[in-house]
Amino acid sequence: MELHPYASLGEKIWHYAFYVICGLIFFFLIAPILTIIPLSFNAENFFTFTPGMLAFEADAYSLRHYQDFFTNSSWQQALANSVKIAPMATLLSVAFGTLAAVGLSQPHVPARRAIMAILISPMIVPLIISAAGMYFFYSRIGLQGTYLGVVLAHAALGIPFVIITVTATLVGFDTSLTRASANLGAGPVRTFFKVQMPLILPGVVSGGLFAFITSFDEVVVVLFVGSAGQKTLPWQMFIGLREQISPTILAVATILVTISILLLTTVELLRRRSERLRGMSPS
Amino acid sequence: MTDQVTGPDQFTGATPDNAIRNADREERSGPMLAADGRPLKQSLNRALRAQKLRALALIAPLLVFIVITFILPIADMLFRSVENQIVSETLPRTVVALEDWDGDGAPEEAVFRALAVDMTIAAELKEHTRLGSRLNYETTGISSLFRKTGRAVDDVDELYVDQFEDLNEAWEEGATWATLMGSEDWIEDRAEWAAQVEAAEAAQDAATTAEEAIAAAFEEPAPRFELADQARAAFPSAAPLYSRFAEISQVENEDSLFREEPWPAVYEALYADLLAEGGEGYQGPQADLVAEAAQAVSGFETISARDAFADIDEDWLDSDVWGTIQAFSDPYTAGYFLSAVDLQLSPEGVVAQPDDQRIYALLFQRTLFMSMVIMFSCVLLGYPIAFLLSNLPMRTSNILLILVLLPFWTSLLVRTSAWKVLLQQQGVINDTLVWLGVLADSNRLELINNQTGTIIAMTHILLPFMILPLYSVMKTIPPYYVRAAKSLGAKPSTAFWRVYFPQSVPGIGAGCILVFILSIGYYITPELVGGTTGTFISNRIAYHISQSLNWGLAAALGSILLAVVLVLYYLYDRIVGIDNVSLG
Repeated sequence: MELHPYASLGEKIWHYAFYVICGLIFFFLIAPILTIIPLSFNAENFFTFTPGMLAFEADAYSLRHYQDFFTNSSWQQALANSVKIAPMATLLSVAFGTLAAVGLSQPHVPARRAIMAILISPMIVPLIISAAGMYFFYSRIGLQGTYLGVVLAHAALGIPFVIITVTATLVGFDTSLTRASANLGAGPVRTFFKVQMPLILPGVVSGGLFAFITSFDEVVVVLFVGSAGQKTLPWQMFIGLREQISPTILAVATILVTISILLLTTVELLRRRSERLRGMSPS
Repeated sequence: MTDQVTGPDQFTGATPDNAIRNADREERSGPMLAADGRPLKQSLNRALRAQKLRALALIAPLLVFIVITFILPIADMLFRSVENQIVSETLPRTVVALEDWDGDGAPEEAVFRALAVDMTIAAELKEHTRLGSRLNYETTGISSLFRKTGRAVDDVDELYVDQFEDLNEAWEEGATWATLMGSEDWIEDRAEWAAQVEAAEAAQDAATTAEEAIAAAFEEPAPRFELADQARAAFPSAAPLYSRFAEISQVENEDSLFREEPWPAVYEALYADLLAEGGEGYQGPQADLVAEAAQAVSGFETISARDAFADIDEDWLDSDVWGTIQAFSDPYTAGYFLSAVDLQLSPEGVVAQPDDQRIYALLFQRTLFMSMVIMFSCVLLGYPIAFLLSNLPMRTSNILLILVLLPFWTSLLVRTSAWKVLLQQQGVINDTLVWLGVLADSNRLELINNQTGTIIAMTHILLPFMILPLYSVMKTIPPYYVRAAKSLGAKPSTAFWRVYFPQSVPGIGAGCILVFILSIGYYITPELVGGTTGTFISNRIAYHISQSLNWGLAAALGSILLAVVLVLYYLYDRIVGIDNVSLG
């Protein structure tokens, strides 16, 4: 993107105009998320900057919305439900997904494309349709409105992410390592846990993080499959936004943004580690 | 390793020489053999099969899991969009009787007779209200008609009850009917059971402590009713109906048949049987009573079921009501799909919905139109960013990429709440514009609860899905083509449009389809910032599931949406490939 020294005036103007445009688009991307962070410290029950906040007066800022989040029982119940549901769903998706990804990356799999299409389908089908179908079917078999129902539904939604990340990691996996391990007398299970697993672990963990985020962030399916007893954090936010909008939502949003920054960093570090590990393997 | 490999002939591996020699040998002495003596081909196939089975065994648990938790629910939804067994299950006799009706005026007496029986049973099982609400989706007013009729259906045949009872008071007794219809075995079993109950009650009365009383309690249910063969032969319509009455009384209501008087419809059926056959040849229990009634029935007053139903509600003479019942009497219907495209199944065939009820075509149009607008905004905003990212040095572009990935990773609800806060009339954007003097305080912009709100918020939410595929395509475009074009005298704009842009088209295609697929199925954001004019078809699906409870229509709308998405996804697969789904 260097401007060459003999650029004409028009080119120069266009060059800088392009940077300005890109800057504005980045602003559009990031500003809404950044705006809510200071607003969540608002001392008033408003959704906009009070004159006091703009003048940076200490009185205009407070932690009362955070306090509300941590003391209000419905928010706490929602947080507890989210924390109960997401890890179980992640565990299920990672366990089934990793196993299947290892199977899928074997050299001879019959009907691989069809199987792949079925396994990825929860990601393709619009959430409202998955939610409708699950609502109908789960009420038939008595899973609607139960903890197990929500966990199974979320596990199904998280599986495509595990499959995609783990198969991507396995593409670079050197199969001669497992052959060497078998040659040295290790059984298939021992080979998997001692040789294959440590090498694909970054892929498994980042797939698991995707599955976790999918479940933790999911609202449409839980809205239909769950009942009041499984009200999760996003569900509570959804109700809050639709009915009695309170600035506590902004405090929750800020906490969630912080969590997603942490997760993003983790995935990025894992990706680099995975690339480094794959760079070391002799393939 | 020295003497053994003096010449190529000594190698035992797969060398060209050996292969030729093996082929020769094969021609001479049959198939090549593996170490264990089997033909090599067979042996290899076996190994391959084992490998395939192992791979499948690893995949199978997940496949079963996904099929149960996801594929079956989708199949269930597709099934529900055509399933319509409720009419033929709730009104089985009426549906059969109605087959000959020509659709003109009210149907004949036989249909009303069948309806009286069906309605009696349905009201007893409390199924008539469900059917009423189902048919109310098609013709308004049926729901209240059914509810009213369910309450009053016992009056239809009350006349026959009275006449039988006037004739002989024994007809009032449940016991009379039970002994008339029940088989000998059942009557014996029942007597035994009654004796046991009595004994248990006596023991309970005599008990001095609570433990004794509990120990003495006799909890076994009464033996299930069995129809006598004689009764079945003599009363071809009354006997099966009584049997159904017995089943419902015993199972659903847990009543004693010896105390319960049967439904009026049973009296009417007995009247009809006696009138037709005169009860001739009936020799079973209560034969005297039957003979007495058989002589009297010819003098009974009669009532038309048609008039009786018309008394309950005039609407029963309305051919629209009957047309609806007939049109939806098949166990499977295209009715929900027709409703989903603003048509309806009427007695005259498929016709358009009345003007004021045509909303789905508009809604589908709006969903597609707004998804297009969102898609184009995403291209417009995403293209420069992807171009910038792919042309900057790796280090800088990685940092800027974080600005794209952060929204991508942030909770959807967080982003939607941010827009809800920003776009309000008293929100940050309007406040800033007023403060800057661009707007007067009195005419703040309406940015939320309309299409503008949905488009702005969804463009923001889906933009990363456009940037990431575009970026991954643009990264692979070699810079020297543009340089070559420029060195051959192309102006920068020509070089861009004629050389660079065509190479980035696959990225645009991939991003567009991805954004479009995601956008037409979106629910949360339109629900929260769309108001009434900015909502999508998915909001209507949710409405039908949770509020209007018209699940069939919700399923039909969902099936159409699913079909659109699958077609688009097929295109995506052809252009980009399933395996290239990138997660940033």
